[in-house]
Amino acid sequence: MSNTTMAVTSTNTGARLKRGVFKTLEYLALLLACFIALLPIISSFMTSFKTGEEYGTTNAMTPPANWFNFDNYVQVWTEGNMLEAFLTSASVVIVVVAVSVMMGSMLAYVLNRFRFPGNGLIRNLFMIATLIPGIAMQVTTYQIMRDLGFLNSIVGYMILMSGTDVISIYIFLQYFENLDGALDESAVLEGCTYFGVFFKILLPLTKPAIITVAVLKGVGVYNEYYNANLYLQSNSWKTISTALYSFSGPFKSSYNIICAGVLLTLIPSLVVFLIFQKHVYAGLASGSVKG
Amino acid sequence: MSITRPVQPDLRKKRVNWQKIAVIFLFAVVPMFLLILFTYIPFIKMIQFSFYNMSYTKNRGFVGLDNYLKVFSKSEYVGAMLLSLYYMAGAVVQLSLALLFASILSLERIRGAGVYKAILFFPFLVNGIAIGYIFKYFYTRGFVLDSVLQAIGIPLEKLPYWLRDQSVNNWSLVFTSVWKYCGQNMVLFIGAIASIDPTLYEAATIDGANRWEQFKAIILPGIKTVFMLNLILSITGSLSAFEPAYVVGSMGANGTATFFIKIHQMAHVSGKVGMACAMAMVLMVLILIFTVLQRLFFRYVMRDSDNTFNAKANQAKALW
Repeated sequence: MSNTTMAVTSTNTGARLKRGVFKTLEYLALLLACFIALLPIISSFMTSFKTGEEYGTTNAMTPPANWFNFDNYVQVWTEGNMLEAFLTSASVVIVVVAVSVMMGSMLAYVLNRFRFPGNGLIRNLFMIATLIPGIAMQVTTYQIMRDLGFLNSIVGYMILMSGTDVISIYIFLQYFENLDGALDESAVLEGCTYFGVFFKILLPLTKPAIITVAVLKGVGVYNEYYNANLYLQSNSWKTISTALYSFSGPFKSSYNIICAGVLLTLIPSLVVFLIFQKHVYAGLASGSVKG
Repeated sequence: MSITRPVQPDLRKKRVNWQKIAVIFLFAVVPMFLLILFTYIPFIKMIQFSFYNMSYTKNRGFVGLDNYLKVFSKSEYVGAMLLSLYYMAGAVVQLSLALLFASILSLERIRGAGVYKAILFFPFLVNGIAIGYIFKYFYTRGFVLDSVLQAIGIPLEKLPYWLRDQSVNNWSLVFTSVWKYCGQNMVLFIGAIASIDPTLYEAATIDGANRWEQFKAIILPGIKTVFMLNLILSITGSLSAFEPAYVVGSMGANGTATFFIKIHQMAHVSGKVGMACAMAMVLMVLILIFTVLQRLFFRYVMRDSDNTFNAKANQAKALW
């Protein structure tokens, strides 16, 4: 608690000076933090435009001689099969996002709108599941995936990615709690089926929640590498992460080419972030702000 | 939780009930099936396998607690567990910095606050494998970090090999984790600070409270729940840290193999599934103990009685 009761007069020059110094320090701290946040990325960015010879002879922090030298990008795009990898990742993202949105919204709908035996049990099962660190269960999950014939199967990977996440359910559950029940109530009275209520009335209303889930889940799946490395080892299904991982083989000593690949993978995340910034922040905060 | 439910008219009760059962079943069956398949079955199997000497293909029989005893008797595994202390220290730094920048960006009139926020947050969205390459390049002898340090006057001979030298390499890896998650924590704190009633600051300013006093009296209590949550997640995250060592530290080379890396190698390189499950069990129990301890600490020491906390914790955890 504040025990200072004396009012600080803003006309006091000493206080104003102190304020100015303080403000400058704050800007310096922010600029330094941003420099550190960007330095690793910028250095890779500069390197990605350097020729092989330039990479070998110039300092890592020296800007490239030619900022429009896209040779590394062309080489990594063609030799690294990045188009295929982008298409694979895109299909995984689309399928997993669609499945997560549907599963999350449907389950949240029945949990929120219906009283039935087992409602509490289902909620608890999902809640307890979040306490079990998924990472600890990789070993037995691998065995189950193998028994299901899901090793090197893109479908299996998609199912795994859709099935091991609770966040979409929570975001939708929270959203339905704030959606007025009178709306679907009157629709049911007028003879609309529950399916109709859900698909025609409620689902369109949850658009903000859908965007949040889609962005968070989409970026998460796009960046996922542990399971992709484990379950998609054959060359026919390389996601962006596994394709990038395999670059250390052919491009081992040419970091300028690898950096081009790294930068290419960042572009989709950057674009999505710039468009849906507010949704990304809101989605992250939706679990914690209300407290 | 306030849940609004539609009231069914009595006359059509029977027909509506069948439809209701159908909709509940159809909408819940797939998520429940996947939850059981990918969470509960692996969980039960993990407990079971931890008592067996087995590989993915062969089961050499029940061995009781042998696997567990091995985990604790080999210094290799205990050492791997102790590596998480580095990550815990990193988590403390990370949370402090996140809180500092969240306060600056929320309370001060900073020009371009949105730009700073976006730049600091972006590392969270960088692909993990990309982080691996970026930081291997960053730490290579004479490359990015060394160039910057030389530029501020530190000679190269005095600098260590950031990823090879065992006296610093774990700190190097911890830094990559702080780099990635600091902005994300900051965004969560900014969200929490934004939910504080702004008239409180005005009242405090009129009372003559300075920034630090406002911070202690208004912000800290206001964001307590979010802070706790981040603390718990960071500490439990430290226990199961693997990403930096996996992608930057070349799968835990040069004494950077965390406990999770050991589990991964035990299962997927050595093929000792029983042993790997016992290690995973130890990891899980440790995480649960830490979670419970911290909750008790906050409940009794900090007098926290926020009963919506569990749901929140889970939500944020899923986001991680």
